[in-house]
Amino acid sequence: MANNPGLKSLRLGLWIAIGVLAVGTGLAALLLPRVSAEPVEAYGAGDYTLVDHDGLSVTQATFASGKPSLVFFGFTHCPEVCPTTLYEMATWLEALGPEGNDLNAFFVTVDPERDTPEMLKAYVTAPTDRVTGVTGEKAEIDKIVSAWHVHAERVALENGDYTMDHTASVFLVGPQGEFQGTIAYREASDTALGKIRNLLAKS
Amino acid sequence: MKKIIIRAVMALFAVLYLFIHFAPRAHAHEGIDHSGETAQHDILVLGDIEIANAFARATLPNAPVGGGFMTITNTGAEDDRLIGAAADVAGDAQIHEMALDGDIMKMRALEDGIALPAGETVTLAPGGLHIMFMGIEQPFVEGECVEVRLTFEKAGEVGFCMPVAAVAANGADHSSHGSH
Ligand SMILES: [Cu+2]
Repeated sequence: MANNPGLKSLRLGLWIAIGVLAVGTGLAALLLPRVSAEPVEAYGAGDYTLVDHDGLSVTQATFASGKPSLVFFGFTHCPEVCPTTLYEMATWLEALGPEGNDLNAFFVTVDPERDTPEMLKAYVTAPTDRVTGVTGEKAEIDKIVSAWHVHAERVALENGDYTMDHTASVFLVGPQGEFQGTIAYREASDTALGKIRNLLAKS
Repeated sequence: MKKIIIRAVMALFAVLYLFIHFAPRAHAHEGIDHSGETAQHDILVLGDIEIANAFARATLPNAPVGGGFMTITNTGAEDDRLIGAAADVAGDAQIHEMALDGDIMKMRALEDGIALPAGETVTLAPGGLHIMFMGIEQPFVEGECVEVRLTFEKAGEVGFCMPVAAVAANGADHSSHGSH
């Protein structure tokens, strides 16, 4: 009876099945917790105290307020990238409508010596009332620039004037300040909106 | 495989972008109503130099700088060079170039101006070559125009009123990137 070949192959099949299950469960046990416990990157972590265009204090906590944010680093003496990006931000916010109510948007100057809160306010609020201008002492701006891994470099022009080389992307930031990606300068509207909707869905 | 899909998607977006971008312009040409967009058809001639599609971008409040753009064709047999710019409304006007280096936007003054090889067309456009108006006294307002003077090494000097298009305009026809 024990030598029945049909029973033998059935028993072998069962053992193989158990083996596969055991290995599979082991692998899952090893891998799954890592996936779900993906570390939350504290992007922009740093001890900086800035001021918004209404004179209110801005710190790291402002970008981890429980709401997701769009953050752009620019300056008012910026001929093209900054106005264009502000207009695009306005366009995205308009396209999102109520869907984007929870989204914060910031325009942080990399040229605090020339950009006062008053100057920034008129500038950033012209295309939309949804973007908050941020400036501050040069030393504090230097801190946020390095905390966010932003490139901002003063470059001399003719006649003693200067411009700023600067990171031209918009940062997508989660509700706890976590870095969620960027929107490139002049990225197609559909792509940009897709990224923002993705950010909102994850928030 | 993944790369191919990503490239295909990128190509699709590029085609869509170009379509969306240029379609309205094409329609405007077919349409009967050409009012308000005469500027883009104006071609300014100064000797062998032809200037077309000149426009400046409207500026935001408190922005002391603005950009001017155009296409310049050298129809002659000799090379020329754009060597200077000036505007009444700006304390200074310089010839600049900007370019994205990765995700960093860099801008530089071109001290030798812009070369205009014989028989070629050079385009000053957003994201690249431009006339940079600095120290502007009042905002550039869409629909108005800015008095500009350009100096060429051989062709000499020319003055004209550069139409002001929208803040994010990419052409003299007021079409802007995205919608507004
Ligand atoms: Cu410039």
